[in-house]
Amino acid sequence: MNADRPKKKKIVKTIQIDLDKCNGCRACEMACSTFHARPRYASNNPARSRVRVLFDPMRDLYVPVYAGDYAPAECCGRDRYTIEGKTYDECGFCRASCPSRDLFKEPDSGLPLKCDMCQEDPELKEPMCVQWCITDALTYVEREEEVEEENAAQPEELETGLEALADKFGLEKIAEAVARLAAARKG
Amino acid sequence: MRYAETGFQLEIDLSRGNIERVETDPRLTELHLGGLGTNARLLWDRVPPEIDPLSPDNVLIFSAGLLCGTQATGANRTIVSAISPQTRLMAFSMMGGFFAPELKYAGYDKIVLRGRAPELAYLFIHDGRVEIRDARHLAGKGALETAECLKRELKDPNVQVAAIGLAGEHRVYFASIEHARSSASRAGLGAVMGSKNLKAIAVRGTRDVAVARPAEFMELCREVLRYIQWRRDNPVKGVPAILAGIGSPQEMAIHDEEWHTTNFAWGNARHRRKDFWTKENEERWRRSQEQAVERLISCYNCPLKCGAIVRYPALGVSKYMMKCYSKLTYVMGAMLDDLDFGFRIAGRAQEYGVDAYTTPQVMAFAMELLEAGILTPADVAGMPEDREEKFFWLLDRIVRREGIGEVLADGVYWAARRIGRGAEAFDHNTIKKHEQIPIKLGMLNPIYFIMYATGEKINITQIEGQMPQMPFETRQEREEFVRDWIQVPHERFKDYFLNWEPRGERAFPHYPPPEATCEIVEWQEMMHYLDDSLGLCAGLSSFPIKPPYHIHNLPPLVSAATGIDFDEDSLWKAANRNRTLVRAVNNRLGLRRKDEKPPEDHWKKRFPELEARLLETYYRYKGWNAEGVPTRDTLARLDLDDVAEDLLRRGILREEAPAAAEA
Repeated sequence: MNADRPKKKKIVKTIQIDLDKCNGCRACEMACSTFHARPRYASNNPARSRVRVLFDPMRDLYVPVYAGDYAPAECCGRDRYTIEGKTYDECGFCRASCPSRDLFKEPDSGLPLKCDMCQEDPELKEPMCVQWCITDALTYVEREEEVEEENAAQPEELETGLEALADKFGLEKIAEAVARLAAARKG
Repeated sequence: MRYAETGFQLEIDLSRGNIERVETDPRLTELHLGGLGTNARLLWDRVPPEIDPLSPDNVLIFSAGLLCGTQATGANRTIVSAISPQTRLMAFSMMGGFFAPELKYAGYDKIVLRGRAPELAYLFIHDGRVEIRDARHLAGKGALETAECLKRELKDPNVQVAAIGLAGEHRVYFASIEHARSSASRAGLGAVMGSKNLKAIAVRGTRDVAVARPAEFMELCREVLRYIQWRRDNPVKGVPAILAGIGSPQEMAIHDEEWHTTNFAWGNARHRRKDFWTKENEERWRRSQEQAVERLISCYNCPLKCGAIVRYPALGVSKYMMKCYSKLTYVMGAMLDDLDFGFRIAGRAQEYGVDAYTTPQVMAFAMELLEAGILTPADVAGMPEDREEKFFWLLDRIVRREGIGEVLADGVYWAARRIGRGAEAFDHNTIKKHEQIPIKLGMLNPIYFIMYATGEKINITQIEGQMPQMPFETRQEREEFVRDWIQVPHERFKDYFLNWEPRGERAFPHYPPPEATCEIVEWQEMMHYLDDSLGLCAGLSSFPIKPPYHIHNLPPLVSAATGIDFDEDSLWKAANRNRTLVRAVNNRLGLRRKDEKPPEDHWKKRFPELEARLLETYYRYKGWNAEGVPTRDTLARLDLDDVAEDLLRRGILREEAPAAAEA
């Protein structure tokens, strides 16, 4: 039945992060923070960067991570990855601005930071971090995807919602309300 | 508001445990820029010539350069300064890594240290919080080890640490200060830090660094980055591989060591081995390096990967970091053909915190004295039989000042005089008591003669640079070279290069003529002084041929960053002012013309009359008198009147001092 749904094109923006190419220079932190300064480029401050590099050469760790969503609470557990014998720090790959750590927060206000792909006006062709990373540890790829148009609700959702309302208010009251709304919309 | 700089420095009295955050005078920034320039000013003002460099009265300064922490690529150098216990002159040593930008982000341009902590201490800086903390638990630990300990204790992997190892704790005259993959190696600054009972400085910063004209500055930074990309992919043709690129010489990436191994002198700067680079050696060294180098890494905000993680478990060395020439210095100093040896001993040396230029030479010097019978087996009782082990043993003694290590820890010059019995004759590679790069060539090079003789850093690699070291064979090759040589201060520098021949009249030692030689020397030196004041890595600027930073783009960069408008003349003048101030500091400490001479055997063919003429021409060119002291007029022209008055009061300058005698 999905064949009936209309499709639309979506641009998916990806920053490709090649850990093997990262040299630990943190120019991405400088470039990001300066782009987001107001006035633009008036200052720079890695603590305000939306990309932070976990850089520990003695343990061979070079991991740029981008700020994601704000989390009002810590996860109830933490994760630690070991990949091919190398153990990364707790929450090393997590993007969240989280109460458990200082990362991805403005150093003065504590407000959360989130990567926006440098989508400002005018929009940059490539995010700043990618522009400044000439070792190509960070590259930028855009692709088009076809996604289904989002419907207001699936049939199942509709039924469940109505049943809940009917339980609460009674089916007669629901019918009356629907009729009233339909009339108001026509008018 | 201050731009580029923070406008604040930390002034710390370790004897009293006093910490002050002091606002600096913006006028000093206009005059001296920052970094080395303002360090020289502080040392002139606060350290009289009578003090003992290892006493609490010496002042040790860690300075970020003026542009450090701004968006400029490679603006990450810390300039450490004090009076050197070895040379008794002003010491300044630069290190890259991440320390200087972090200091700026913490809100400070400099850390100025005087006094001596009552117990071994470390300095902790986190933005506005600055504390002197107990470091007794770190005593004896390696420099890198100390950094890892502090990162764990402070629970902050992003804290940047500069530390001394055992050598600094024992005030070895060539002890270094180590930070990540970088090192402030030369002239014994590690000893000064050790004499202050300061084991380490840990800094963390989360503040903004501002620039005056943002859009303009960023565009200039973008251009620099674009040129770096182009230049990285277009090495200079016609010069040895190791000189063709940018950054530090890419010792960690390049395997071709023909140039260094066949041109430089092995042992105690003694033997040239023109046939060393055989296919066999090349193969063996390639294998050693491939096994040892785990990964190439960079300094802050720089795409070049001059540093490396060295990991050689098979040799029993724990991981460490290396860059540049230290890959070769121990191998060549010890006359051991095995690059594995170099990687092994350099790892231990780094944890001890010693200068990788001086240490191999001191050890080679000791070996020569042994061979000559000036040092006896009794002097080195306990030394192993195995040749490699001998050097490890010497290193272990030196950093502890144990046995023969006690006298060797003072460096070649002082050790030779303390040992006596003819040892002085084996001190043949020092200038102003400081060990030089081990290279002894045939024909006198007039440009290098002046640089060796007069350079205040007393280290050729930090005065030479943008001028090719040798002429090109054909006129055609030279014309090709100058076509895109945008970095020259003036077109006539292209002519100097175009007319420079490998043989004949327009070759060494009489070409370039003295006046042109002075111009070429001054250009190279001014670029270094700019880098060391601005905190730019010389690998992107004063050191390589055709670098990204040069006299034409530095003024707009500095102007847009600071809001203080410089043009080429005024920026050059600021560099010259700094250079002259360092000279004045050293004159006050006793430096005169008689000290300004390369070692006797630095070239096989010497020309005493020409050399005297070169030196005199240079003194006149710089506005110095016949003793190598800047004249009152020169100092006045450079806004250093108070310096002139002090030199006059001390009789170092006399009223109406005659100009340097005409040849």
